[in-house]
Amino acid sequence: MSEKIGVYVCHCGTNIAGTVDVKGVAEWAAEHLKHRGVVIGREYKFMCSSLGQELVEKDIKELGLTRVIVAACSPHLHEKTFRTACKNAGLNPYLCEMVSIREQVSWVHTDKVAATEKSKAAISGGVERVIHNEPLEPIQVPIHADTLVVGGGIAGIQAALEIADAGYHVCLVEREPSIGGHMAQFDKTFPTLDCAACILTPKMVEIGSHPNITLLTWSEVEKVDGYVGNFKATIRKKASYVNTDTCTGCGICWEKCPKKVVDDVYEAGLGIRKAIYRPFAQAVPKYPVMDVENCTYFKNGKCKACQLFCPTEPNSINFEQKDEILEIQAGNIILATGYDLFDAKRIPQYGYGKLPNVFTSLEFERMCNAAGPTEGRVVLRDMKTAPKSVVIVHCVGSRDENYNKYCSSICCMQSLKFAHLVMERTGAEVYNCYIDIRTPSKDYEEFYKRVLEEGGHFIRGKVAEVTDSARLPEEEGKLIVQVEDTLIGKQRRIPVDMVILSAGIEPRHDAKEVGKLFGIACGASGWYTEKHPKLDPVATMTEGIYIAGCVQGPKDIPASVAQGAAAAARVLGKIQQGVIALEPIKASINETQCSGCRICNGLCPFNAIAFIEDDKVSSINPALCQGCGTCVAACPAGAISGTGFSDQQIIAQIDGLLLKNLEEPVAA
Amino acid sequence: MKQYAYYPGCSLESLATSYNLSTLEVAQKLGVDLKEIKDWNCCGATAYFPVDELLAHTLVARNLALAEKDGLSDFVAPCSACYKNAYFTNSYLKKDADLAEHINYALEADGLHVNGTMKIRHLIEVFIEDVGLDEIEKKITHPLKGLRVAPYYGCQLLRPRKDHENVENPQFFENLLSALGAESLDYPSKTRCCGGSLIVTNRKAALDMVQILLQDAVNRKADVIATTCPMCNVNLEVYQNQVNREFGTQYSIPVMYFTQLMGVALGIKPGKLGIGKELVSGEPVLAFAY
Repeated sequence: MSEKIGVYVCHCGTNIAGTVDVKGVAEWAAEHLKHRGVVIGREYKFMCSSLGQELVEKDIKELGLTRVIVAACSPHLHEKTFRTACKNAGLNPYLCEMVSIREQVSWVHTDKVAATEKSKAAISGGVERVIHNEPLEPIQVPIHADTLVVGGGIAGIQAALEIADAGYHVCLVEREPSIGGHMAQFDKTFPTLDCAACILTPKMVEIGSHPNITLLTWSEVEKVDGYVGNFKATIRKKASYVNTDTCTGCGICWEKCPKKVVDDVYEAGLGIRKAIYRPFAQAVPKYPVMDVENCTYFKNGKCKACQLFCPTEPNSINFEQKDEILEIQAGNIILATGYDLFDAKRIPQYGYGKLPNVFTSLEFERMCNAAGPTEGRVVLRDMKTAPKSVVIVHCVGSRDENYNKYCSSICCMQSLKFAHLVMERTGAEVYNCYIDIRTPSKDYEEFYKRVLEEGGHFIRGKVAEVTDSARLPEEEGKLIVQVEDTLIGKQRRIPVDMVILSAGIEPRHDAKEVGKLFGIACGASGWYTEKHPKLDPVATMTEGIYIAGCVQGPKDIPASVAQGAAAAARVLGKIQQGVIALEPIKASINETQCSGCRICNGLCPFNAIAFIEDDKVSSINPALCQGCGTCVAACPAGAISGTGFSDQQIIAQIDGLLLKNLEEPVAA
Repeated sequence: MKQYAYYPGCSLESLATSYNLSTLEVAQKLGVDLKEIKDWNCCGATAYFPVDELLAHTLVARNLALAEKDGLSDFVAPCSACYKNAYFTNSYLKKDADLAEHINYALEADGLHVNGTMKIRHLIEVFIEDVGLDEIEKKITHPLKGLRVAPYYGCQLLRPRKDHENVENPQFFENLLSALGAESLDYPSKTRCCGGSLIVTNRKAALDMVQILLQDAVNRKADVIATTCPMCNVNLEVYQNQVNREFGTQYSIPVMYFTQLMGVALGIKPGKLGIGKELVSGEPVLAFAY
């Protein structure tokens, strides 16, 4: 046996030592795996400490170790630590392996004897595996200094501005005609009640005029190729039928357009727009777009009123305009595509869509907005009568086993804000029907107290139904809210004029497809999965792709802004590095064995495998491959192998786990 | 042709004979071959399960065993309580080996054995799923045009929760009524409980529950409440007078089994459907068809 292997077993305080006989394990490895090349077995209180690392470094130098096994926590946490220590001592870092005896042993077992035996087996497997490790060198790739930001809501805006202000170019792509996102629809923001537009529009204007930002609205990313440092995105810029070189945004075209359309997006169905439109006055950019599906000219070939009245010279309306396909290069990508509102119609017993005076939260936001369809008046669906009593239903579609199990996190504060606004503007009685009130951020609890002091009623109970079927004379003509008041243990029927459903938020309806496009995954609830929920919340498992705002999970404006800025900081860090070192743990295809079945092509979560038509074989792009091993396992011909996880390594590890190496020599 | 193991249940032999009559007539008209399970016994209704669960399951299992012995694979009950009990016992038999062993030990005395392999459905499901609304619509000779019907599902029909159905707002009853040509109403309390056997033990509480159902139907200007369960039917119909006395109301709304409405629309003579036996006359309903 030519290898000299060092085995280091960590106590992790009592995390491991509480369940595993650490000392016994280390001694066992030194004695029983001696014939496999183990020359030293040590235990230490905290291997990850500087002194722990120095132990390894010293042994490499003094004992001439050629392989290192650290039995401690999961490699997710400290693999980098120990590989760096090996590198410092002159050993190739990929000749060091970690064996998880914390997450996979001590934390999940209580029987000390059995846990100790399991630790021994795990270390034995690690030893057999590391014998077959090969020295690897990281791949170096240069980083393109441009950044692609997808989604022009507040998170995307913040990210784009941070990067642009630092002096790097950003391409911001937005699906709608204007940036601004959901925040642009709101009237007031909690808990300070400052006007959403007043704090948002300066940032929007800055985006529109920033020399380092290319703004592509009414555009969608269709394809993403390449890898970290070197992405190539194909973007469809939809035809707006307006020539933005000449258009002044004067507004005569939409004034003259005869076709009225219910605005389901910006006005949440509560207001109307024209077939050619700019969603709102402060839109950035200021140019209108044509809604082809509703335009009279596109339907029956007549009208052209917009073109007729356009005052610019030359005329800015161009019915011949076509979609443009643009290709842009970017080193990093930030996804900030936001959320969809939960569709309240899915809960029929709440009557939305059936009972006119049941409103969704987004409809109410528009109603409160001075620039909205009611100019800020809180009124019933007849658009004139002010309500005398209002119930706000919390947790609509959230914290509900039948719909979304998670808490949407914004609805409590949003509902409190609504309660304040209704009382301020109408003097109506307001009832909040809640499950729990959750106000955990700065100044939020104070706002809750303020609404209580203002006279808002709070009923702890999930609303059972909203109906117009009266049982008592005082219920005639009202909406009746049936709810169990769990604090007094009574069923209540509250007759009111208006019901606001504080609908939860959901991942975008197309989040899954968009995630696939960028090579990132969604969790069980549909939000994009971050690299680490606590310590790396804006990075993803795909290098170079970052997420910010509600794409990562429900959050309010301050949290979205923080994530936008955080993602920008991560990207700036990468740009500053100039080159990036990629993990050399990659899969590769043996072309002579590949039958060209293409099974692996669709399975790769990182879009790293392409089919080469000429040779009729699949090929892996090493810069894109993240070494997950899915293709290796799936290849029916066994043509794919992974550096760092070859069949030989895995089989040797299994033999080691089964302690076959103790009696007889393992198949070499 | 496929045969169904038909389990009428006790009510259909006494209070709800018109449900039994109309079921058999409509099934025949639609070509659904119902074969009554020989020597069936009571399912324990809502009363027995809280008293002794194992014995209650055994009671239900005996009926399932008899049906299995006939070599049939589909079990049909027109009563929602019978349906619910059969459904649950049948699925527990599959899930709980220990329970199955206990039950089969008891059934051995009768020379029976149960496997829990039947497909258990309520009558309305069989009509909708196996015959199909299109087929039913084709056979309609007397569409119930303009008849405003409150579809009352009751609670037990939806309790074996099935994935494809929204239990808070099911639609299949409405769709069936529309196929009959009737105007199916948005009946807010369609899945509320009628009080069940509470009417015997706590009359006042049950009358409260019945009153809500009646008022909601009146609010929707219903001509008739259609039911799928003999217990619901009794509570809604028989106790209208008591509700009126208790609440000072004047409800007088016909309550009919969905099979009776189907029968009328299919052109079966009202007498054969048991129409004429109700306490609140169904006569006005017939006027829409004839």
